[in-house]
Amino acid sequence: MRALVLLVNRMMWFVPTLLGLLVITFTISHIIPADPIAFIAGDNATAEQIAALKAKFGVDQPVHIQLWNYIIGVAQGDFGVSLYTQRPIVDDLSARLPATLELAFVAILLSAVIGIPLGVLAAVNRNSWIDHVLRVFTVSGLAIAAFWLAILFQLLFAMELGWTPLQGRVDGWGPDVITGFFLIDSAVAGDWDIFWDVVAHMVLPAVTLGFPAMATVMRFTRAGVLDAINSNYVDYQQAMGVPRRVVIWRFVLRNALIGTVTQLGLIFGNLIANAVVVEAVFDWPGLGLYAVNSILQSDYNAIMGFTLVMGTVFIVANLLVDITHGLIDPREAR
Amino acid sequence: MENVRFLLRKLAADRTAALGAFIIMALIVVAIAAPVLSTHPEDVSEFNPPERLQGPSLDHFFGTDRMGSDVYSRLLFGARITIAIAVIAIGVSVLIGVPVGLIAGYYRNWISDALMRVSDIFLAVPQIVLAIAIAQTLGPSIENVILALSATYWPFWARLVYAETRSALNETYVEASIALGASPWRVMLLHVLPNISSSLIVRTTIGMGGTILTAAALGFLGLGPPAPSPEWGRTIAESREFLPEAWWYATAPGLAIFLVVMGFNLLGDGLRDILDPRTRRSTDG
Repeated sequence: MRALVLLVNRMMWFVPTLLGLLVITFTISHIIPADPIAFIAGDNATAEQIAALKAKFGVDQPVHIQLWNYIIGVAQGDFGVSLYTQRPIVDDLSARLPATLELAFVAILLSAVIGIPLGVLAAVNRNSWIDHVLRVFTVSGLAIAAFWLAILFQLLFAMELGWTPLQGRVDGWGPDVITGFFLIDSAVAGDWDIFWDVVAHMVLPAVTLGFPAMATVMRFTRAGVLDAINSNYVDYQQAMGVPRRVVIWRFVLRNALIGTVTQLGLIFGNLIANAVVVEAVFDWPGLGLYAVNSILQSDYNAIMGFTLVMGTVFIVANLLVDITHGLIDPREAR
Repeated sequence: MENVRFLLRKLAADRTAALGAFIIMALIVVAIAAPVLSTHPEDVSEFNPPERLQGPSLDHFFGTDRMGSDVYSRLLFGARITIAIAVIAIGVSVLIGVPVGLIAGYYRNWISDALMRVSDIFLAVPQIVLAIAIAQTLGPSIENVILALSATYWPFWARLVYAETRSALNETYVEASIALGASPWRVMLLHVLPNISSSLIVRTTIGMGGTILTAAALGFLGLGPPAPSPEWGRTIAESREFLPEAWWYATAPGLAIFLVVMGFNLLGDGLRDILDPRTRRSTDG
């Protein structure tokens, strides 16, 4: 029941947020460009041609009607046609979304698997040399430009050492698409050659994306453990003879991670933002690379479609984080 | 004055915060004195193709770029662009966000609700995604990068000031001044604003780092000031086709971004420890 109330509560906020996002992209795409029709028509267009174009794109109508048509269009999955690929934008975006999501999931997984134990390690050895070394890691993770880190990795591991492929998602065509997640698709097909090829291609982009995320996870895990470690129950457990190791990894960590979970939304947001530039460097065929190509082609509609989809992914992620947080921390649901 | 002296003493005692302050000071000096400190100041606008893509040497500390220009000199002039973008964009964000937050926090009516809903929607999307959309629509230039960043970053300050104002209104001294008949603006500017200035300073310092990273990413994507601007993000993008041979070309500007952002982050963390004791327990050490 509590979970249901929480869910309904958060869903109520979901729709107005999406509508607000639509209004913002509408404003950017329809109102800011001084005269998009003149731009499309070119310098030599006659008055009749301009009028025809205006009617064709619906810009001869009042703004609120245009906004209405825009929202209805998007709601029906009509984002327009891309100038770059000449295909419906919604098809392009949905074909590329799995690539970005797969990369983001692997990066988040990496950041949690590495960041949480290191955060605990730093907290337990507070102010020792371990803590200081790890602090250098977190500080640099939050200060490094993701696209630059990507280039450095490419330079070192792909160009100099030749350990990993330089760019791309897979050699050749990749596995038959079932989910669009190549790791899953190749495993399902039992094609382990492709699977390991996909893994090799994924290492550098995933580590690049995961590094800043890992820094954040580590930072909040450390803070959470330090907060929880001074609680009465820790003293009690230790007095009862429970080994310190067990107390920390079983009891303290559970409480400490609540703080880290609340930061997942923030982490995911940064990750998505970095994905745009990291995909551009690694030629990773996801939404970010699509956006970068669209920028180069001045493809307004495609960029607005990208903004909408990225925004929606981010809003959904935050919704999930809120709900998870509400479920594991009963105080939050009140 | 007393407060400033206290702050400076505390900062000097905190080694990492002092390092951050030193880096930022160095950045400002470098930006102002770029024409003096650079070894080839003319290379910002002039090219020297015969000397292109040379490695680091005594004449060219960080080598030369694809046009034969001195990477070190261009880097120093790039610092000016970085500072200009970050300071103006953050300044505008603060100028919009703080009044919005104050008004939304002080009044409890539909305007206040509407203001916060709008900033929530902006915060619901990663900043760089909206910034890309705006910068792309307006076309690549410094002014448009600043505009795109200001338009996407102000809600951070609105949110912060809103929350702080709401909690300040519960304080006895604010209630007292309202009871004595102080006007809303008097309460907001003389009582609430000074009380929340600590959090504002901390958030603004850390915000500078994030803004510089986003601005560099926009430059890298070709949405920043157009060539031949020595903007750091653009320089890294230009260097890519000359890897792995011209490693210095890509390394130097990225290192500069890293140092500057780290400077702001370290100073911000230090300031938070000093100014905002409430959050200290969870982030100290």
